[in-house]
Amino acid sequence: MTMFREKTMNAVTMDSDFGREKPVDRSPLEISLGHGTISQPGAAVAAVPAREEKMEKAAVPAELAGTPISERIGTLAREALPPVLGMLILLGIWYVATFKGGSIPGPGKTWDAAAVLFSDPFYRNGPNDQGIGWNVLSSLQRVGIGFGFAALVGIPLGFILGRSPFLSAMVNPIISLLRPVSPLAWLPIGLLVFQKADPAATYTIFICSIWPMIMNTAQGVQRVPQDYLNVARVLNLSEWKVVTKILFPAVLPYMLTGIRLSIGTAWLVIVAAEMLTGGVGIGFWVWDEWNNLKVEHIIIAIFVIGIVGLILEQMLILLAKKLTKESA
Amino acid sequence: MEKFVQIEKIGQTFATKKGKFVALRDISLTIKQGEFISLIGHSGCGKSTLLNLIAGLTTPTIGVLLCDGREIAGPGPERAVVFQNHSLLPWLTCFENVYLAVERVFGEKESKQKLKERTAAAINLVGLDHASSKYPNEISGGMKQRVGIARALSMEPKVLLMDEPFGALDALTRAKLQDELMKICQATQATTVMVTHDVDEAVLLSDRIVMMTNGPAATIGEILEVNLPRPRHRLTLAHDPAYIGYRAAVLEFLYEKQAHVEKLAA
Repeated sequence: MTMFREKTMNAVTMDSDFGREKPVDRSPLEISLGHGTISQPGAAVAAVPAREEKMEKAAVPAELAGTPISERIGTLAREALPPVLGMLILLGIWYVATFKGGSIPGPGKTWDAAAVLFSDPFYRNGPNDQGIGWNVLSSLQRVGIGFGFAALVGIPLGFILGRSPFLSAMVNPIISLLRPVSPLAWLPIGLLVFQKADPAATYTIFICSIWPMIMNTAQGVQRVPQDYLNVARVLNLSEWKVVTKILFPAVLPYMLTGIRLSIGTAWLVIVAAEMLTGGVGIGFWVWDEWNNLKVEHIIIAIFVIGIVGLILEQMLILLAKKLTKESA
Repeated sequence: MEKFVQIEKIGQTFATKKGKFVALRDISLTIKQGEFISLIGHSGCGKSTLLNLIAGLTTPTIGVLLCDGREIAGPGPERAVVFQNHSLLPWLTCFENVYLAVERVFGEKESKQKLKERTAAAINLVGLDHASSKYPNEISGGMKQRVGIARALSMEPKVLLMDEPFGALDALTRAKLQDELMKICQATQATTVMVTHDVDEAVLLSDRIVMMTNGPAATIGEILEVNLPRPRHRLTLAHDPAYIGYRAAVLEFLYEKQAHVEKLAA
């Protein structure tokens, strides 16, 4: 009891240190301290987290340097808890919803199918029957090519539009008109022009991922602080130096946002485009499995598409952080 | 070089939504080589507009500006500007910021080694050797402003233009940088035009103080010659009757002769 009380008092002192900015929160604790009672619910509740910390520290007295690690694990656990919980709830809902059977397979059945599927992701049995790995890779390849061309065209175009108010006023209405058009509406045009499914899908990716890059780059160029441009004017820098030393670094964060939006859209669109064009690709695979009525494979595909999209996004966020940190 | 910078009857009018706004009218001024000029006046009197005209960042509506016998048609490195908010490029280190200017001015004639030496010398001049490889967001406001000064000086400009260079700094840092600037100007014999709203700064640093009337349609009200021997020391000057007299003259101009217009504007 005495130990407990001592710890509580410690905890209260800690807490009162902690809450110096909020005297109102502190007062009930002080009252409990003054009376020497620990039965006040407010005090007990407030003391609990601090006490736990104390005990954690006491548990590893030998290695004081080790305490930050245990704290780090603690924060990690606290941060990981909500997302893990969310996933578990999702799985739970899925499980309950499919418990009675029906056309949609439950988590267990899907897991089993996934285990089989991922045991050999890179097999080839002819053009229309390939492993899921190949399908994902060829979708990524299409996105990469289409997006690459879009970046090659869109980023310089964005720079030009940002630098020239006249051209920007000229092109903006066209962009406003075309941007809201679903990329899939372009697919027949692509098929007609290219006569082949594969370049048509790539072209669709090109069309849908070019807009965010043009618009973000142009906006970035327009928002380059006047101070920096004045520096360029006073130094009388060459246009090349202005672009490489001032415009490019200043626009980079905007450009990266454009790229991120573009990749996101491209990954959304590729699935739909491949459903229509066929061949090898995750979108086509989904459609194929629908025709085969392997619903568990469709669910696996949904997860795979989601995870790949997430990885792409995170990679670009990481890249943006790294680049802007270097240039900041 | 009696007439190094000549400003001949210039006026500046801006087109605004409410019609024409006359910012400056009928300004004539000649600046001698090696002279230190301060432009002082209440805010909105067009001091910075005048400085931008000398810099060539804007062109006058009427009149003409000459520097070293040639018309000022646009900005150029022979008229270096120290901006109020330092305007360093955040993605370049202090060294690279200065090097950018050095490379532009001397890059065609000199070797890389020589350019680097020039850059290092300019940074050394403002006492920032230790911060040379740091990025602007890693150093204090006073240090940033010093890098801005180093960048301007590294170009060996004919005229050094400063737009309230110490306006954003605290009083102690400001005093320190003023002393350094005095030393640098003494050593380099730079022709300098500085915009300021600080009376002490103007008297301490200037050979002549150009006092401007209130805007709109501002012009030069009075020009005060500051005949204090150099080198000047702020502590000895604080009790110098001549210094106190100059200070009083500027204050009188700002708060008595130009005060009523301010009331009207407000």
